[in-house]
This record gives sequence, C-alpha cells and structure tokens, in this order.
Amino acid sequence: MKTVRIGNGCGFWGDNIDAPILLAEQVRLDYLTLEYLAELTMSILALQKQKNPEAGFAHDFIDVLERLRPLLHSQPQMKIVTNAGGMNSASCAVQARAILNQTSLHARTVATVAGDDLLTRLDELLTQGHALTNLDTGEPLESVRSRVVSANAYLGSRPIAEALSHGASIVITGRVADACLTVGPAAYEFGWKWDDWDRLAAATVAGHLIECGAQVTGGLWCNWQDAADMANVGYPVAEVQSDGTFQITKPPGTGGAVNNETVSEQLLYEVGDPARYLTPDVSADFTSVRLLETGPNTVAVNGARGRPATDSYKVSIAYRDGFTASGTLAVFGADAQTKAKVCGQMILQRLERVGIKPEHRLVETIGQGACAPGVFSPTGAMEVMLRVTIRDSRLSAVERFTKEFAPLVTSGLPGVTGYTTGRPAVREVFAYWPALLDKSAVQAEVVLYRQGDITRQRVT
Amino acid sequence: MKLADIAHGRSGDKGNHANIAVIAYTPAGYAWLRKNLTADQVAAYFAPMRPSRVERFEASNLLALNFVLYDVLAGGASRSLRIDTQGKTLALALLQMPIEISENVAAMKRAQPKEVK
Repeated sequence: MKTVRIGNGCGFWGDNIDAPILLAEQVRLDYLTLEYLAELTMSILALQKQKNPEAGFAHDFIDVLERLRPLLHSQPQMKIVTNAGGMNSASCAVQARAILNQTSLHARTVATVAGDDLLTRLDELLTQGHALTNLDTGEPLESVRSRVVSANAYLGSRPIAEALSHGASIVITGRVADACLTVGPAAYEFGWKWDDWDRLAAATVAGHLIECGAQVTGGLWCNWQDAADMANVGYPVAEVQSDGTFQITKPPGTGGAVNNETVSEQLLYEVGDPARYLTPDVSADFTSVRLLETGPNTVAVNGARGRPATDSYKVSIAYRDGFTASGTLAVFGADAQTKAKVCGQMILQRLERVGIKPEHRLVETIGQGACAPGVFSPTGAMEVMLRVTIRDSRLSAVERFTKEFAPLVTSGLPGVTGYTTGRPAVREVFAYWPALLDKSAVQAEVVLYRQGDITRQRVT
Repeated sequence: MKLADIAHGRSGDKGNHANIAVIAYTPAGYAWLRKNLTADQVAAYFAPMRPSRVERFEASNLLALNFVLYDVLAGGASRSLRIDTQGKTLALALLQMPIEISENVAAMKRAQPKEVK
C-alpha cells in the first residue's frame, strides 16, 4: 500500500536551523514541510516589505534551501512545502528559483500560493459589507483601521494540492492554516475529494501533530526524564496511508521520544473544543481518533472523523499598538524578593519624577511564581530576577524607561547585579485582531515559476 | 498528592485565551478527573490571574480534559507584559494543584516507562 512520508523540519521561525537538513539526511521523505509564521510574524514581514519591496518573507528558508541542495539530489522524490513566503511569496520564489537554476535542479518547478494578503483590499472589503469584526471582542475594524499593518486570510489545502498537480517540487505559500502544509500533499497524493471529510480530518490531525516540529517527539514532554538525548531530538515524520490513517515517528538513532504521552500532549496543544478543530478544509473531531503505540517511537493514529468546513476563512489582522521594553536585574540576598520589588518601584518612581507615568507597567520577581502570578506563595528564594516591563503609546517614554536600569547598580539596594547586556531594546507592539471573512471574498491563486517562465493559475 | 501524580499536560495560547490539556495516566485517573476537576475548580485555582470564564471539554479517547481559560493572558502574545505571555507554563502550574484521593490511587499513577531502544 502506498505510504506518503511527510516530515516537518521547522516548527516556527526561530526553530533550530539544522533540523531540516538533519531530518532530510536521516530519513527518506516524500515531503519536507517547513512552518515559519506565528500569529504576529506577518506584521513584522509587512513592515520589512514596506522598507524593501524585495523583503517580507522568511529569509531563513533560502539559507535552508541552499544547504538542502545536496539532499534534493540524493532524495529526488522529496518535495518541499513551506509557508516561508510570508508577505512576499513572489520574492521568495525568485530567490528559490535562483538556487535551483545554479545546478542541475534547474528543471524543477517552484510554485507560490497567493491570495491570502488582504491588506490592499481592506477598504474594498469593508465597503462591500465585510465587517471583519473582532472575534474576541466584537469591535468593528474601523476602531483600529488606520493602524493596520497586515491582514491575511488563512487559506486551505486546495491551492497547495493544485500547485503540486502542476508539477511543483517546491511550494511556497503565504498565510495558510498550518496543518494544510501536510493536508495539501496528502490530498494531492491520494486524490482525495474535497468533501472527503474523514480523510481531510485525518490529515489535519497529522498536520497539527507535526506542525510544531519536535513538540511531538519529546519537546515539552512532561516526563522529559524518559526522553533520551534531547539535544539531538529527532523531528517528526507522518507516514500517511490512502485511507487517512497514519503513524507518527522520528528518524532512527535520534533523541527524544514518540509515544502516547507525547502525541496526546501535542494533539491538544493550542486547541479549544477538541471535537471541532476548524481549518479552511474541514471541521476535524480530535475526540474520534485512537492512538496506538505500534513500535519503538511509533504511534499509529486512526479513526479520525470530520464534518464539513465552514463558509468562512479565519483572518489574522495586525495593528500598531505602541511600544514596549523590558529590563532585568538579578537581586541577591536573604530579603531578595522585597529588595527586587523596591528596586522595581524605584525605576517607576524615577520615571514619574520626569513626568512619565507608563500606560501599562508590571514589576515581576522571577523565581517567585511570576509565570502564574498570584497562584503560588513566595518561596523566599535567596535570589530572584527583577523584571520590569512597560508598554506605552509614546516611543519617547519607553526609550527613557530603558535608561533607568543601569543606575540601580550604584543607587539601588545591596545585592543588585547582572547588568551586563546594555540597555533593554525597545520593540514596537503589534496587536492581534482575529476575524472571519466569507470564503467567496477570497480568490486563491497559484503561480508557477519554471526556468525562465512564470504562469498563473486561478484555483477553483 | 498533586494532580501531577495522576496526570500530565500541556498548555498554549489562542490570542488572549489559554488552553490547558490535563491528560490522565490511566482510565481510573480519567474517571477521577472527569468527576472532580471541574471548570469551576480550575477557575478558582487561577482566580489571581482573572480569567473571565473557564470552559471544560472532554476527550475521553485521550483520557483528557481540555480547559479553555478566557482572557487570562493579560493581553496575549504581543501585548502582555508578563514573562509568560503565551501561557506555556500554565499546565505545569495546574498540575501542582493539591488533590485528595482516598481510594484506588495505585490504579491512577503512571506505570513505569517501558525501555525504548
């Protein structure tokens, strides 16, 4: 029986840059997927593109592709599906094309999936009556419209499958639902119909399990003491069958672990109602799947059920929301926590002395339960980390704030240390605005980049 | 005893909301969780972090309960001032919850791991 082997070598932009190369060296893959786009990554990419029309995609992917070149020769069947295109899939494709052109890989086709970027269409959509109301708060988009920097629909798997059907061996998307990097290849390989809800749900489960890379192969596992050699953790491979059943595994000889515990922890990661996991392709029922350990570091997953997809795409909008900075100092001594709090207040009082009262401010003592503030009683630790953070609409206020940490090394309390990395960096804040949009308002498009030739295909 | 004696878990974010999966080691443990670990209890445990409400979902196929804590992340990934902006640690925080189980405790604990080569 035909098995499609889909490995994921990147769980987010910032993941281990060697992982995709190691994964492709360690096992035979039909598809290598690489996931780069967190919820707010698009806002950063949008601003990069504003400054430089050729920027705005996950440039790490180009470095990875360059390093993967020998493996594209030794594993000629292996295709790459990635959302590295970000806000500028076209530019990413041109650079990927250039790498292929330099070698005997020049006959291979690069494809992009476009149509997710709604930024230039935003006013048109609002005029047409698409309110893009905030899913969490119910507010209309008008309240932040002037501050919007990016707006993208999460596209589904069909344009990815379409690109593959035109012979693409590298598919570069912008915003798609993460699981679609897996569902698209599976649906294409097995010729699944787009109303075959159970199979689409099964592949969605597979995609969800591997999309965060090593989080299903031992990363974050509660019983981490039982995972061997985590420094060399293997990245995940989903071995998918035509009926949608699949196995999750990792390359032999790698570290980490794949078992019912690691798989069930990841299955529920970032999930709301597990009976209704919504993607553009399907409403997948995670409560229907059965997990079975079938061998060392191998878990079989079957029984997935799906229901029809909804009529809308999820849209992720980012808007400017001021500036933030955060600084830390170590505080040592028997009364470390009290001293840290006093030092934190000193920083805020010195700001007030020059007329700055930050709109949002927080003093934390790391080491005293700051990760779940108020849930745990202080432990009376001998040392804590003071962390002071502010967010404010005024850049000047945040810049001034960053200058108030160093003075505590001499004018603060005894036991203050650890000021070695210079002033904290100021970062612009982009707030997240989730919304829904009728699918009929979005037209996905596949663009094929063959050597010396670019053609466009509308996806129906 | 703590919840961690009979369950493991993982947490993450959805905007300003967090989800916490609590997964029992055994069917007996799941039966106990299902009866005793209510949404109200979880809301009370995290009350200092002021969730607006807590919803509980069941996934008996995984021996798991999934809790969604709404508006608990002080603004979420980019806006929150907290060190843990994405609620990544909340599962471990919940697993520290003290629990009292009077009978059948041995049937709820994790079996010794198999040797995997």
